[in-house]
Amino acid sequence: MDILTFVAERYNYWIFITLMMMGLYIVIARGNLIKKLIGLNVFQTSVFIYYISIGKIAGGTAPIYVAGDMEARAGGAGHGSVALPGKEPLGAGAIHADENLHDGFDLAGNDLATLTGRASPPHGEPIHTAPDIGTATGVNDILAAPQLKIEDHAAAASAAVHAAADVIYSNPFPHVLILTAIVVGIATTAVGLALVVRIREAYGTIEEDELEAADDIAEFGHIPHKLGSGA
Amino acid sequence: MTLAAQLPVLPIIIPLVAAPLTILMPSGRIPHLWATLVSWAVFAACAALLHSVATVGPISYHMGDWGPPVGIEYRIDLANALVLTLVSGIAALVFPFSYESVRSEIDEQQINLFYAALLICMVGLLGVTITGDAFNVFVFLEICSLATYALVAMGARTDRRALTAAFNYLVMGTIGATFFVIGLGLLYQATGTLNMADLKIQLADRNNRMVEAGFAFILVGMGLKAAMFPMHLWMPNAYAHAPSVVSAFIAATATKVAVYVIIRFIYTVIGADFDFAEAAFNYLLMPMAFAGMFFASIVAVFQDDVKRMLAYSSVGQIGYMLLGISFATEQGLTASLVHLFNHGLMKGALFMAAACVMLRIGSHSCSAYAGLARRMPVTTAAFIISGLSLIGVPLTVGFISKWQLLTAAFDSDRAWAGFLIVASSLLGVIYVGRVIEMMILKPAPEGAADVKEAPLSMLIPMAILVAANVYFGVNTELTVDLAERAAHALMGVAR
Amino acid sequence: MISPGAAVALSVALPFAGMIAIWLLDRAPNLREAATLLTGAILIALTIGVFLAVGDGARPGYFVLTVVGGLPIEFQAEPLGAMFAVLASILWFVNSLYSIGYMRGHHEKHQTRFYMSFAVAIAAAIGVAYAANLFTLFIFYEILTLSTFPLVAHKGDDAARKGGRVYLGILMGTSIGLFLPAIVWVYSIAGTTDFTPGGILAAPLEDAGALPMILMGLFAFGIAKAALMPVHPWLPNAMVAPTPVSAFLHAVAVVKAGVFSILKVAIYIFGIDFLDATDASAPYMWIAAVSILLASAIAMHQDNLKARLAYSTVSQLSYVTLGAMLATQMGAIGGAMQIAAHAAGKMTLFMCAGAIYVAAHKTLVSELRGLGRKMPFTFIAFFIGAMSIVGLPPMGGSWPKFLLMLGAADAGQLAVIGVLIVSSLLNVAYLLSIPVQAFYLDPAEAGAKPKGSGAKAIDWRNIHEAPILCVAPPLITALFALLLFIFADPLYAYLAPIAEAR
Repeated sequence: MDILTFVAERYNYWIFITLMMMGLYIVIARGNLIKKLIGLNVFQTSVFIYYISIGKIAGGTAPIYVAGDMEARAGGAGHGSVALPGKEPLGAGAIHADENLHDGFDLAGNDLATLTGRASPPHGEPIHTAPDIGTATGVNDILAAPQLKIEDHAAAASAAVHAAADVIYSNPFPHVLILTAIVVGIATTAVGLALVVRIREAYGTIEEDELEAADDIAEFGHIPHKLGSGA
Repeated sequence: MTLAAQLPVLPIIIPLVAAPLTILMPSGRIPHLWATLVSWAVFAACAALLHSVATVGPISYHMGDWGPPVGIEYRIDLANALVLTLVSGIAALVFPFSYESVRSEIDEQQINLFYAALLICMVGLLGVTITGDAFNVFVFLEICSLATYALVAMGARTDRRALTAAFNYLVMGTIGATFFVIGLGLLYQATGTLNMADLKIQLADRNNRMVEAGFAFILVGMGLKAAMFPMHLWMPNAYAHAPSVVSAFIAATATKVAVYVIIRFIYTVIGADFDFAEAAFNYLLMPMAFAGMFFASIVAVFQDDVKRMLAYSSVGQIGYMLLGISFATEQGLTASLVHLFNHGLMKGALFMAAACVMLRIGSHSCSAYAGLARRMPVTTAAFIISGLSLIGVPLTVGFISKWQLLTAAFDSDRAWAGFLIVASSLLGVIYVGRVIEMMILKPAPEGAADVKEAPLSMLIPMAILVAANVYFGVNTELTVDLAERAAHALMGVAR
Repeated sequence: MISPGAAVALSVALPFAGMIAIWLLDRAPNLREAATLLTGAILIALTIGVFLAVGDGARPGYFVLTVVGGLPIEFQAEPLGAMFAVLASILWFVNSLYSIGYMRGHHEKHQTRFYMSFAVAIAAAIGVAYAANLFTLFIFYEILTLSTFPLVAHKGDDAARKGGRVYLGILMGTSIGLFLPAIVWVYSIAGTTDFTPGGILAAPLEDAGALPMILMGLFAFGIAKAALMPVHPWLPNAMVAPTPVSAFLHAVAVVKAGVFSILKVAIYIFGIDFLDATDASAPYMWIAAVSILLASAIAMHQDNLKARLAYSTVSQLSYVTLGAMLATQMGAIGGAMQIAAHAAGKMTLFMCAGAIYVAAHKTLVSELRGLGRKMPFTFIAFFIGAMSIVGLPPMGGSWPKFLLMLGAADAGQLAVIGVLIVSSLLNVAYLLSIPVQAFYLDPAEAGAKPKGSGAKAIDWRNIHEAPILCVAPPLITALFALLLFIFADPLYAYLAPIAEAR
């Protein structure tokens, strides 16, 4: 594979990794406690982005039922037909979904088919993307996938397969998870900031080296010569 | 829908509801009594769970009736029932113990908040343990951690260094938790599920670098929380400067729960038969375990602050647990689980004794312990017995742990590991012996104020915990037998 | 009459009850001492009962509980243990009498703690004696270490603390660092740690190469109470303790528990035949031999009486280890008899040293010249004790040396016989010289050239002895030393079953 394509196809990971390293670097290298917290936030946010990006299906809409879609699904469920009309937007969406969902798998050099199926949330929306890819593009060995996994969520999948013709949803599951994580992150930041306020009240500074010096003076009466002692 | 059917959720719901109520209460004795009552109720629920799991079998509880793998599942088998019982049992003793100590160390108007935070911390620990959903682990972990940051910082009234300790803990803890989330993300990407049991099924024979990377992130993240060497830097300060009661509680429980999560992920989620598991065991866990056992113990020998010394000792003891895991045998796992439980008992008792000393003498530096045998005989006795337990003297829980670990080492043809284990426990003789010698042989400093023994409200819970140290050192039916069965089940899943 | 099995259990439990009684009677010293003596008397009756039952071929035992899977705390009396238990209980009683005289004569502090620790120590010693498996033995071995630590550090000053630290450091260090892994290893190999006639390792370690030798080394050095060089320094350091402690613990209970354990391990874990077949014990036999000579040589240079006795103990203990490592029947029985003979003899010497200290406040050998004419009874007892240690007839100490030489001859180790002879000569030089000088030399300043006083008669009107409670006990134990010579044959017959390997 062309190395450039390889790199470019995974742009979301590069963003994630860069942000993450920046965040960590700030946490480690900065002595100012507020800056440390900011670094921590950048670090956490990078993980949020990572999660969101793995749930995103390009062309897919936010995972909120579009009016009418529900009925279509309900109706489709009865037919049980597997025929799939490869509409243009759908095809595009599916290819992107392929990228998004599969970057990791390529990386791991694993069997795409099984993974695709499993990468879907239980509600079944992205499941239909996998079969779509197969039919719409008709290129790769993903073809084997649908039968494999549809049995897992048979009812949902057959419904979804029909409804897929109309709307594509992004995978909501990682988004839900990350909502929780965001809340946790905010709480952490709040506690951290509160601590910084208290530290400033108690020490009169929020610079790490000054804090350490103040503690040393309180304990030993002077700043001892230290050899690489940690926190 | 009977109460019994809802039993698995009670240890979470009761304190979660009770905690905010604590804030609304009038200050004084009431929040303490309330929290104590809650902790006992939780302990009763956990003990009932343990009994039920031991006699009937694993329990699966579906949150809000959403079945797994979609819904959140609480899954209780022997391994986590044991940890649940430890956490809630320690809580049931620490809460009644706390009254006098908290009153002397925490601002009057913060006492309600303190108990609320302590309850929340307990919820977090119990939640991490009870849940069968991997992401839920993260949520509860952060619930617990956030409460702990606040609790540690409350030590600022007696020692402002508690603030910086809490801040460092926050930074490290958050990094750890975020690593854990990254790991989960990778596993999710590979499998599309976050239910632990389902993960196991989906991961079977799915040995690839993504899973490997996910596992590494999880191990590092949890290693941070468990104060696994060399990621322990937050811990000595946090334990040393936190209010005494908080030290007693989190030292006995928090790191153990993190170790439990490591065990759970290695054995239930990933499976010990993964290709990279062996490499992880032999080249990561085992060297780290040994490094922790020796390095932390040596540092502990040179500590002048008893609480900090105990904290370093904890880092070393975590090493024993990781070592047991890294043997990758049923016996090793048993030893880990047993030590996890036993170490909670001994560290809890030791930190409680330190809390009594703090209350009466007002310091936890080593010199404050001089001549304590005459002045605070019960506290001294408690410290000595649990200290001997830490060393691993026969008829205490520490000996049982050590015996299990040694048997595991020799049975898996790692005689050399056996000798390293005993060598590092000799370091324990030095650092514990130093304090004990101070207590019984050194005379009290000239002109030292006449101090009374700690109040009964502290002595009784401490005595119970010390008695548990001896009881489980003689009768190992509960600990070793259950741990053996738990290990068998875990390994059974793994194979 | 209680059954021997119950007697076994009771004799371990009784001293603990005694300890509680002592604690409760803290404020009434006379009653407190009465409690000690009463406990001692009952204990003697119990252990003798067990002793006789074992002599009749019974193996009374008592099962306490199972701790971890397959690891019971269990007691079972066999000839070696029964003998050790009787020895310990009788000597404890005698020593208690002596302690009362010594501690009161000295106005020592913390006497209640002292007697309590003593009671726990004797319980632990009896526990070691009756232990039915290595695990139980280890438990009581550790209790013995811990309970005697307050006794060693009794005075609480810097010297006592330092001595106590070395004591605890070496004993705990070796027991946890070597003894415990050795036990676990045995358990891992054989699946049990029960003391079984003929040993338990022979079958599983059929062709294990150097493993038996490594294991034996772990035991030999892990059981540091046996004071095999180089793990002996705790013993001289323990001499900071009050003399009754040195007399009982560091001539009888603690050190004998050590060599007793080594004998048990050699006989019931390895099995004499197995040791003989694999030569696993050969290196340690030589270490024991070196220990014997080296410790004697060091003892020669000690001017402090207790230090000299301590090094003499190091040397004498290695006789037992040597006996065990010879891997012959005679050697094992010789070692066993040496336990009894040396206990009586060395205890006599220590109690004499204490009596001298109480009466004349002298601690250096060079200060004792001429003192024999002021304290004739003490020095007569000392003389008898010294004779027994050296191994001169008609004292108990002569038989074990004889048997050991026979054992060495059986094993074809003629050099060992040489070692034993040289050692006896050294003993004569550093032990017998003391009473001789006390009787026949004039008092002189330390360092001054000693001068003979001719055959001056003892001035019976100018006797300055220690209190009766300090003088009578050494005379009693000296008598034991004599009796052990006369009744050596029954004792030999009694102990013979231990060496009848399958």
